Amino acid sequence: MARKLPRKDVVIIGLGWTGSIMAYELADAGLDVIAIERGPWRNTATDYPPGYAADELRYRIRHELFLSPSQTTFTFRNKMSEAALPIRSWGAFMPPNGVGGGGVHWNAETWRFLPSDFVLKTHLTERYGAGFLPDDMTIQDWGVTYDELEPHYDRFEYLCGTSGQAGNIKGKIMEGGNPFEGPRSRAYPNPPQDQPFGHTLFGKAARELGYKPFPQPSGNMSRPYQNPLGIRLGPCTYCGFCEWFGCGNYSKASPQTTVLPALVRKPNFTARDNSEVTRINVDSSGKRATGVTLVDASGDEWEQPADLVVLSAYTIFNVQLLLLSGIGKAYDPAANTGVIGRNFTHQTISDVVSFFDPAKFVFNPFIASGAIGMCIDEFNGDNFDHGPHGFVGGGYMGNVQTNGRPIETTPVPPGTPLWGAEWKKAVKENYQSAIKPGTGVHGSMYSYRDVYVDLDPTYKDRFNRPLARITMDFHDNEIKQNKFLTDKFAEIFQAMGARQVHKEYRKAPYDITKYQTTHLCGGAIMGTDPSTSALNRYLQSWDVPNLFVTGASAFPQNAGYNPTGTVAALAYWAADAIRSKYLNNPGQLINA
Amino acid sequence: MRRAAQLALVTLTFAAGVGEATSAGLQDFAAVERGRYLAAAGDCGSCHTVPGSDHPLSGGRPIETPFGVLVAPNITPDRETGIGAWSDEEFDAAVRKGMRRDGKRLYPAMPYPYFARMTREDVKDIRAYLDTVEPVHNPVTVNHLPFPLNQRMAMMVWDKLYFTPGEFWERADKSKQWNRGAYLVEGPGHCGACHTPKTALGGDKSGKRLQGYTLQGWVAPDITSGQGPLADWSIDDLAQYLKTGHNRFAAAAGLMGEVVELSTSKLSDDDTTAIATYLKDVSGPKPAADSSADAHVLAAGGAIYQDLCSACHKSDGTGVPNLIPNLTHAATVNTGDPTTVLRVILQGAQSVATDKEPTGPAMPAFGWQLSDAQVAAVATYVRNHWGKAPPVSEDEAKKERAKLDARTN
Repeated sequence: MARKLPRKDVVIIGLGWTGSIMAYELADAGLDVIAIERGPWRNTATDYPPGYAADELRYRIRHELFLSPSQTTFTFRNKMSEAALPIRSWGAFMPPNGVGGGGVHWNAETWRFLPSDFVLKTHLTERYGAGFLPDDMTIQDWGVTYDELEPHYDRFEYLCGTSGQAGNIKGKIMEGGNPFEGPRSRAYPNPPQDQPFGHTLFGKAARELGYKPFPQPSGNMSRPYQNPLGIRLGPCTYCGFCEWFGCGNYSKASPQTTVLPALVRKPNFTARDNSEVTRINVDSSGKRATGVTLVDASGDEWEQPADLVVLSAYTIFNVQLLLLSGIGKAYDPAANTGVIGRNFTHQTISDVVSFFDPAKFVFNPFIASGAIGMCIDEFNGDNFDHGPHGFVGGGYMGNVQTNGRPIETTPVPPGTPLWGAEWKKAVKENYQSAIKPGTGVHGSMYSYRDVYVDLDPTYKDRFNRPLARITMDFHDNEIKQNKFLTDKFAEIFQAMGARQVHKEYRKAPYDITKYQTTHLCGGAIMGTDPSTSALNRYLQSWDVPNLFVTGASAFPQNAGYNPTGTVAALAYWAADAIRSKYLNNPGQLINA
Repeated sequence: MRRAAQLALVTLTFAAGVGEATSAGLQDFAAVERGRYLAAAGDCGSCHTVPGSDHPLSGGRPIETPFGVLVAPNITPDRETGIGAWSDEEFDAAVRKGMRRDGKRLYPAMPYPYFARMTREDVKDIRAYLDTVEPVHNPVTVNHLPFPLNQRMAMMVWDKLYFTPGEFWERADKSKQWNRGAYLVEGPGHCGACHTPKTALGGDKSGKRLQGYTLQGWVAPDITSGQGPLADWSIDDLAQYLKTGHNRFAAAAGLMGEVVELSTSKLSDDDTTAIATYLKDVSGPKPAADSSADAHVLAAGGAIYQDLCSACHKSDGTGVPNLIPNLTHAATVNTGDPTTVLRVILQGAQSVATDKEPTGPAMPAFGWQLSDAQVAAVATYVRNHWGKAPPVSEDEAKKERAKLDARTN
C-alpha cells in the first residue's frame, strides 16, 4: 500500500536535460516542484573528477554512467513476425541513468533542425508529390514551426554557452557558418572551438569541392562562460573524453553545469533520487492525472500527488510509462490505430575510415572534444533535390572525430589481420594518420508503420511490469539515403589526400548490438491530429491535459541532426506554454 | 516582494552607515530588520545553527577549540532552553562583556572580545530580531572542556589578560567608509577571531592583528594590507569575494565558505566595500621569500600538477576567474601554513554557492591516488613555483592526512 507524500504543484519524472529545464522554469513561475529521478545524484567532483574522468575502461567499456540492464531493459526484434528478446548488454544506444541524464555523457553537439523538418510531410508532398514517398512511411508535420521554436533554441544555446559560427542571422547569410540553417535571431554566445589538424584539413577539402563547411555547434566551451542563470563554465581542454564520460572540469554543457546549481537554490524545488516512478495515476474519468506512484531504494512504495505531471524520462521510458499507465490509446500497427508507441525512429549513421601516409600526416587524434569538427550540410533534409535519387531525407556529414582513446582507437586498413604482430604493427603505423569520424554521416531516420514500441508479452521488469518492446528495422529509403551520403562523404577524404578510404555503409537489418547514437525518437509524438499523435503542439497529452511529455519521444520522425538542441527547445516551448497559457486556465490548450 | 526587501535593506544600510540611533522596541519593524542584518554581519548562525538544521539558532553545534569542544547554546526565544527569559540587559552583558545571566563567564569561543566594540543599540536590535525567531526547545550542554578548563572561574584571569571592554571609536582622520569597515571587521564581523594569531591561552596576540591563524583544520590567512598573500587583491576583488565567495583569484570553501554563505554574502555592497577598504589599510609584514625547495621535488610536483591539476587550474596556475582559483594569487595557497593546501589536495573542497555566484564548483579529492610524497611535491610546486611560500615536507603531508582521517567533518 503506497503511502502518500504531501501534494505538490508539479511532479517531474526524470531529472535530465528537459526535467531540469522544466523544473527550473516552473519553479521560477512560483510553483512547488518535485523531481523524481530513478538513478543517483551526480556531481562533477565526486562522480567524474579529473583524476579519473578520462578512464576509458571505467566509463566507455564498463558503462559506469549508464543504466544497468540488470535494473531494467527492453526487448528487441527487427520484424513483427519475430519474437523479441531482452537486451542484456547495451549496444545500439545507451540509456542514461541518474541526475543530468544523457546530458552528463553526451558529446554536446548542439544543432537546430531545418525549418522544413518541422513541416516535413507537407513540404515533401508539395515538392515531390505524395507518390514520391514510400507507402508505409508515416512521416508527419510537427504542429510547431521553426520560427516558433527559434527563441527557445536561442535560450538553450545561451544556457549552454554553445560555441559556433552562425550561418544565418535574421536572413543574412554569414561567411563561415552553415548557410542552410534557419534564420537565427543572434550569433552563438561563444565563438567556435579551435579545430585540430585533421578537422581543418577536412574543411579545406570540402571547400575546394564547392561545399560550405562550418564548425560543428558545440556545447564544449571555447572560452570561459557565464550563462543567464549566473552559472559558470570553464574552457574546454580538448581532452577527448566527452561522449560516455562526464566532464571533469566544468567545460561541457550539462544540467550540472548550466541549470542545477541555480535550481537547487530555489526553496520551492526538491528532488528525490534513487526512486523510480512506476505509474502515472489518473482519476476515475481517466482524463486527469492525480500524481505518480514511485518506489524508493528501500523498496517502499509512495504516492506523490500533484496538479501537473511532466514526464521527462528517456524516449523509450516515456513511451513505456504511458503504456503502463493506460494513458492514450496504444498503437496497433496491424489496424493502424492508436498513438502510444507509433512513429518510433533512431538515426541512420555510417562512417568512412581513411588512411593517410604516416610520413606526411600526423593528426594527433586525441586532441579533440565531443562536438569538435568541420561539417557540411549540403546533403541534409531537403537541402538538395531528391528527385533523381529516389529517396527522401539526409544528414550532415563531417570530420567529427571526437577522440583518440586507446582502447577503441585502433583503425587499421582493410585486409589487416584481426590480431597478432601484423595487427599491432598496423595500429602503430596508422594511429596518428588515420581518420575515423565515428558518426561521420549523421542521417535522418523517417517513420514507418512497422517500426514502433509496445509492451512485451513475455518479459517483465523487477516490479513485474512488462518490458517495452522495440520493433525496428531499416527501410530501403534510409539504406539508399545512407549509400548516397556515405559516397559523398568518402569523396571529401579522397580530396584530402587519403591513400585508402574505407566506406562503412549502414545496412539492414538494424543491428541492436552496434552503437548508432543514443538518439531514439518518437513513440509519444506531437502533432495536430489526436488520432495520429499523443501530444498537441505544446507537448500536452491529448488525453490527460495536466500531463506534458518532453523529450525526443515527441519527434514524429528524426532529422539528420543530433536531437538535443531540438529536445531542449521543445522543453522551453512547452514550459512557456504552461507559464503563459496553461496556468491561467488549466485545461486542454488545443481544441482538436 | 523582492524589491520591497531590497528597499528595506537600502534604508537600514543608510541608517547603519550614518550611525543613526533608532529606538528599538520589540514591535519595531526597523529594529528587527536592522537586527536581522546585524545578526548576519555577526555570523551568529555559523555557530548557533547546526548546518542543514530546520531550526535556526537553536544551538547544538560543537565548536572545536585548541582546548576542547564547546557546544553553541540555543539562542532562540524559548524561555526554558533559549534566551526567551533574558532581559535586554542580560543579553547585552553576554554579548559585549562575556557575562552569563548567572554571573559566570562565557568562554571566548563566543567572540565577546569583538562584540564589545558594537554599539549598545546594535546589540539591542539583534535581540529584537532574535525575539522573532521560532522558539525551539533544545537544551544544550555547552561545556565539554576537560578539568581545569571546565571551571569558568578560570575565565576571570583570561578576561584580565585578553579582554578589553569598550565600544568602537570612529577615527576622525579616516573616511566614513573606512570607519564603517573597521566597525564591521573589529565588531560584529569578528574577523580576528579566526584571522589573528593566538597565544598559548587562546588570546589574540597583540601587534599581530589579522596576520593569519590556523583553526579547525583550515588556514585563516593573513588578511592585512597588501604585504601578504592578498597583495594583488584590489578593494573590489576583496569585496567581490566577500559578497559572492569568488573572484578572479580565489574561491571560499571550508570555514570561510560558511562565513560567506551565512554572513558576508548577505551584506550590502556598501558594507562589503567598506570592509575591503579597511582591510586594505591594515598594515602587515611582508612574508619572507623561501627558496629552499628542492629542485627535484619541484620537478616531480610540476609533473603531477600538469597531469592532475592543469585541466582546471591551467598550466600556468591562473585558473578561470570566478570559477577555478588562481593558484598564483589565492591567499590560502601562498601563505606560510600549508594546512589548507594539503587538506584540499587530500580531501577536495566544495566552494560556496551564493545568489551572485551560484555555480559552487568543487575540487575533487586526490588523497586516494597520491602518496604523501606526491602530495607534498605538488603542494610545494603550487606554493613555490609561482610564488615563494615555503615548501611542504612529506612528513607534513603524512601528518595532515592522519589529522583528516581523524576528523569527523
